[in-house]
Amino acid sequence: MEGLIYTVLALSVLGVVCALILYLVAQKFRVVEDPRIDEVEKMLPGANCGGCGYAGCRQFAAKAVEADDLSAQFCPVGGAETMKRIGDFLGKSAPEREPMVAVLRCNGSCAHRPAITRYDGAPSCAVESATYAGETGCPFGCLGQGDCVAVCNFGALSMDPETGLPVVDQAKCTGCGACVRQCPKQLFELRRKGLKDRRVYVACRNRDKGAVARKACEVACIGCGKCVRACPFEAITLGDNLAYIDYNKCRLCRKCVDECPTGAIRAVNFPAPAVRPSGEQGDAQPAPAATQEA
Amino acid sequence: MDKKLIVSPSPHVHGEQTTSRLMLDVVIALLPALIVSTWVFGGRVLAVTAVSVLACVVFEYLIQCFLLRGPLTITNWSAVVTGLLLAFNLPATTPLWMVAVGAAVAIGVGKMTFGGLGKNPFNPALVGRVFMLLSFPVAMTTFPAIDAATGATPLSAVKGMLASGMSVPEVMRMIDWSDLWFGFRSGSFGEVSSLALLLGGAWLLYRRVITWHIPVAVLGSMALFTGVLWLCNPDQFMSPLFHLLTGGALLGAIFMATDYVTSPMTPRGMVIYGVGIGVITVLIRLWGQYPEGMSFAILIMNAFVPLIDKYVRPRRFGVPSKA
Amino acid sequence: MLKTFPIGGIHPQENKISRACRIETMPLPEVVTIPLSQHIGSPAEAVVSKGMRVLTGQLIGRSTGFVSANVHASVTGTVTAVDTFLDASGVRRTGVTIRTEPDEWAEGIVTDGRIERECSLEPAEIIARIAAAGIVGMGGATFPTHVKLSIPAGKKAEVLIINGVECEPYLTDDYRIMMERGEEVLIGARILARALGVSRILVGIENNKPDAVEALSRLAGVVAPEAEVVPLRVRYPQGSEKHLIAALTGRQVPSGGLPVDVGAVVQNVGTALAVYEAVQKHRPLIERVVTVTGPSLSRQANLRVRIGTPMARLIDYCGGLPADTGKVIAGGPMMGRAVANLEAPIVKGTSALLILPEEQSLRTSPQTCIRCGKCVSVCPMGLEPYLLSRLAEKSVWDEAEAHHVTDCIECGSCSWRCPSALPLLDRIRVGKAEVLRIIRSRKA
Repeated sequence: MEGLIYTVLALSVLGVVCALILYLVAQKFRVVEDPRIDEVEKMLPGANCGGCGYAGCRQFAAKAVEADDLSAQFCPVGGAETMKRIGDFLGKSAPEREPMVAVLRCNGSCAHRPAITRYDGAPSCAVESATYAGETGCPFGCLGQGDCVAVCNFGALSMDPETGLPVVDQAKCTGCGACVRQCPKQLFELRRKGLKDRRVYVACRNRDKGAVARKACEVACIGCGKCVRACPFEAITLGDNLAYIDYNKCRLCRKCVDECPTGAIRAVNFPAPAVRPSGEQGDAQPAPAATQEA
Repeated sequence: MDKKLIVSPSPHVHGEQTTSRLMLDVVIALLPALIVSTWVFGGRVLAVTAVSVLACVVFEYLIQCFLLRGPLTITNWSAVVTGLLLAFNLPATTPLWMVAVGAAVAIGVGKMTFGGLGKNPFNPALVGRVFMLLSFPVAMTTFPAIDAATGATPLSAVKGMLASGMSVPEVMRMIDWSDLWFGFRSGSFGEVSSLALLLGGAWLLYRRVITWHIPVAVLGSMALFTGVLWLCNPDQFMSPLFHLLTGGALLGAIFMATDYVTSPMTPRGMVIYGVGIGVITVLIRLWGQYPEGMSFAILIMNAFVPLIDKYVRPRRFGVPSKA
Repeated sequence: MLKTFPIGGIHPQENKISRACRIETMPLPEVVTIPLSQHIGSPAEAVVSKGMRVLTGQLIGRSTGFVSANVHASVTGTVTAVDTFLDASGVRRTGVTIRTEPDEWAEGIVTDGRIERECSLEPAEIIARIAAAGIVGMGGATFPTHVKLSIPAGKKAEVLIINGVECEPYLTDDYRIMMERGEEVLIGARILARALGVSRILVGIENNKPDAVEALSRLAGVVAPEAEVVPLRVRYPQGSEKHLIAALTGRQVPSGGLPVDVGAVVQNVGTALAVYEAVQKHRPLIERVVTVTGPSLSRQANLRVRIGTPMARLIDYCGGLPADTGKVIAGGPMMGRAVANLEAPIVKGTSALLILPEEQSLRTSPQTCIRCGKCVSVCPMGLEPYLLSRLAEKSVWDEAEAHHVTDCIECGSCSWRCPSALPLLDRIRVGKAEVLRIIRSRKA
């Protein structure tokens, strides 16, 4: 009986002492943090993708609580809706931005752009691009090692084994811009999602002169300028032998698509029959025409 | 041009050593000890070895095929090495089903749980061996008798004799030193012949599979520790040579402690790790319950490897060493 | 015991199959394309235009800053283009294309073979002549030589080191230069020493070239008594500037420092020869010796080639590309770059064309790291390649920086040694470039 009492007593004392130590340590090392940071963090998607320019969602939340207004911050994943909720919660005005989506500005699939050398290094675009211009004759095009796929936090990118190019799943893409930063050839661009998800863009970054570009890749932009003249809205500019469509001016009329002699301009998510001009360039669907070639 | 040139980053040439060749060299280095053991203990040795190796390879294959589903690495001989080392740590009389269980633990728990080759923190063969030692204590410490005398290993015999009040010089007279060199003694069958193990070690050094750091650190620290004790009190402690030649000292120092995956990366780290093994082994041998502590010492030091790798950095070029 | 550097190192198969081939002068090519940037630093600016006729040795590209170098016409002929061309890596660069005619030398260049031993010019004049001649490091680093000779204020050079190590397998161009032009090399070394104001010259040569050690030692007694020829233990990467200094003087260039921090300046034997030609003969850098070699090449050679000659011409001259060719490497097999475009020109830094058969060109597929630690033990900089490679692969740049990725000299010893054939250096190189970029942006 005596043993039992001692045991209980000893354990109780031990428990109290431990609790005391824990309490004191917790007091000493307590970090005072604005509780709103936790609240804001909960509103964020929690992907820690870095698309906002901060290391993670918590850092973004801390900055949002601290800053005078939210104009310098935007969560591309959560979009305007999330920003508005955060703004309402913090009593600050939230910026509005249209949802964006990543677009690959290269259409040089295996069929369009034959390899002239064989790469045998580590399977990484960063390594290949540090080694040389790439397997094909086009020094500007996609290397196809899939660094963008690896960096995407949302599973929105995958390599198409047939074309050797990455494919953006627009339903999953949040426009965080990780691929834009990762691609050593700077082939990704964040573009406005567009009306009914329809987009028109030049799927090429080749700045070589027309003949050279064309020799390396069938679907290269040769900088002929036909699209520039065709565009009724002055949305297209030409520089360094390369056309660029400003998505803020483009009204999705697709005159440029019909005009382009190489098919470098892609129009996506338009209803199929409407874009098939004379049977030449049927490149309207997300699946590139190249896959149909023998 | 009709042919595509190959382009890759430099270097464009590669040394001759490959992982599978390294493992094969370890297998070759273990053969002399295997031959001596077969000669000493008979064909039973081969049966235990075969079961152990086969079980390791089969378990690794099955786990890779059906559980991990990663790339198959079964061809790189590493499972064969694990199987051989496990077998070498067993008495020749171990029931074969026990060997298979030990192999399953070695590969399944010791290696594949952590993701397979290169990722396991503990030496898989020793995980299997210690598991068997704790689970089947009788079978694992009943050694076949050699000259009809006793089935005890030299280490446990000496420990017993010293405990029963005999003095060290008396015990020393009873030891046949040539048996310790050549292998006519009882023990786990891979550890009995010191000469064969040293021959294997020489092969590993010659083929540059291992460097001298770990074996020398283990054996050196053991010799130093036991040597100091022996010089202080030769009536109570055995000589260092006895400690080096008995038990798993040589097998452990040359083959088990040098396992790449579970040893430090830097030469200095290797020395620290080796000294740790040597000291812990001697501590267990002299003051512990078990007559032999090599397996435990290696496993304990395995646990320190990440720490050693974090704090022991290689000597850098152009940075004066902190004196 | 022969001297060598203190940490790491490997000994790859030497394969110096072209060592017995005397230097031949290659016939002039029909067309040369001379890049305006063949050096580290800002590209030169073209001073000729399409249609102009230029003479051999005439200036065609003027250096555009302190760290930059002049470029000269390597042949006589008509400029057909000042435009972009594809370099060996398939990257577009600017260059001057000249259609070749028989040589007419530009004014002032002495073309006789007489050896001029004496040089009594002032250091500033020597450096000016070297700068005018567009000389860059001929070992492959292509750092402008006049910059290396201009010692920053507060530093002092004590010893000139001539690099005759040639630790890369296959290469023999430096060896042939030492054997056949040894006297000029030593005079060039004396001129360099004079420009630096140092009185001590060390010539480091690996001991697999005992005849070169002997030849240069004998010549040194005649033309350069202050020069000492030191045989070194064969060990890669001894030709690295930092490691050669450590091998010869025992002093280690501090991490992030320059050779002159330990009082040393290193120049390659090819550079010393070019300096001799520039200072004593007024001859700019318009040609170099290139080793053309390979196990299945029908003819091994060490060729004296005009800068701008297409690589394919050299291979044709040596019997054409063998049928089993897998890879063509500009430079040695450890640090050279694989060539993607054979029409690319030979430049000032091209020490060799190595043609490897296909079965020696492909890498074996990488396996998992078994933590053997061999990469750590061979790294001549005392780094941990397995760790750096993993950090670079996972883009953990701050950790990579903390583990001194910027110290890496990209010698490739780790990749060469790795039994699991992991592409360690591939990843580390990317990590190093990224960390350097981050450091630069931090300073800006």
